[in-house]
Amino acid sequence: MSNVIKVGMADMAVCRGDDAVTTLGLGSCIGIAIRDPATGIGGLVHIMLPDSTEIRNNTNRPKFADTGIEDLVNAIVKKGGNRNRLVAKIAGGAQMFSAGGKENVIRVGERNAQASKRKLMQMRIPLLAEDTGNTYGRTVIFYPKTGDYVIRSVGKPEKVI
Amino acid sequence: MKDISMEELSGQYYDVLKELGNIGAGNATTALAQMLGSKVDMSVPQVQLLDFNVLGDTVGGEDEIMAGIYLQVEGDIQGNMMFIQKKVSAAHLINKMMAGMIEIKDEEVADYEFGEMECSAIKEVGNIITGAYLNALSSLTNLKIYPSVPQLAIDMAGALLSVPAVEFGLFADKILLVQTKFSDDVELDGFFILIPDMESYEKILTVLGVI
Repeated sequence: MSNVIKVGMADMAVCRGDDAVTTLGLGSCIGIAIRDPATGIGGLVHIMLPDSTEIRNNTNRPKFADTGIEDLVNAIVKKGGNRNRLVAKIAGGAQMFSAGGKENVIRVGERNAQASKRKLMQMRIPLLAEDTGNTYGRTVIFYPKTGDYVIRSVGKPEKVI
Repeated sequence: MKDISMEELSGQYYDVLKELGNIGAGNATTALAQMLGSKVDMSVPQVQLLDFNVLGDTVGGEDEIMAGIYLQVEGDIQGNMMFIQKKVSAAHLINKMMAGMIEIKDEEVADYEFGEMECSAIKEVGNIITGAYLNALSSLTNLKIYPSVPQLAIDMAGALLSVPAVEFGLFADKILLVQTKFSDDVELDGFFILIPDMESYEKILTVLGVI
């Protein structure tokens, strides 16, 4: 029996085999999926903010793109994944409400996507695909065995990247 | 600026927020009853300080389709406020407000796309409810509080809640949620989230004599 492990906001999980990881209703947050294709070990981190160094209260590591990706990579390697083979896909970073208010918070989705890509590049993890931006929420399921990253949105056909 | 951590909230502060929730929801109920021209009952609001990862479950699941109203607060305090309700509750309200013009049946709600008229009705309800809540806060604290025009989005709860969660996330790992149940012929379940920025928190607490 395969399990689907749920990942909440500012949370992460790693799995292998036929198991999958999912996060429901990504808004401006990003779901970063990383796996080692050879062993099929992989995981998902649900980050909320771009940069832990911009914030004083930064002990919750999966909350930020930079520390979240580091922790996910470490967890995958610890489970037996090969650091040099890792590849990534990302989804999320929508702007749920338009216009007005504090500019930097409103644009947080876009900044989250940029920060995630920057961190992956720094860590030399190739980004194979992304589905970011727009104005709608996404539910994602990641299958580390096949690398399929399934994306569902309200009133839109299912997408696999 | 003095450091306040959400985790260190005193019991007293918590009670103050709860009381604000009560008064605000009470005001909102009266306003709603006037608008709908019927009797509206309200349950005692629940105030919870929640971890981000359980937020979605608390409102009925991250993938539950909800209508969210989001607005900015300005004046003596700055911040944001959100009022969210299940799509089915929103449909009940629309039916009630537009009696005779629009009728959305329960079994149609899932696929029903709200048009301009419906969206405007939801925004108006959001305006009244958030306005009533902010009025309570304003009269209790004597602080001037002006809400902006509300914005509406209909999407998965998790996606909507990520917006206030990010704002809370800037200084905390928890979020403050006020749940209110209104009911007349049908139950209308709604959640408020008020997010003053850190300086405003201090202002509110100082005025109320908590710190």
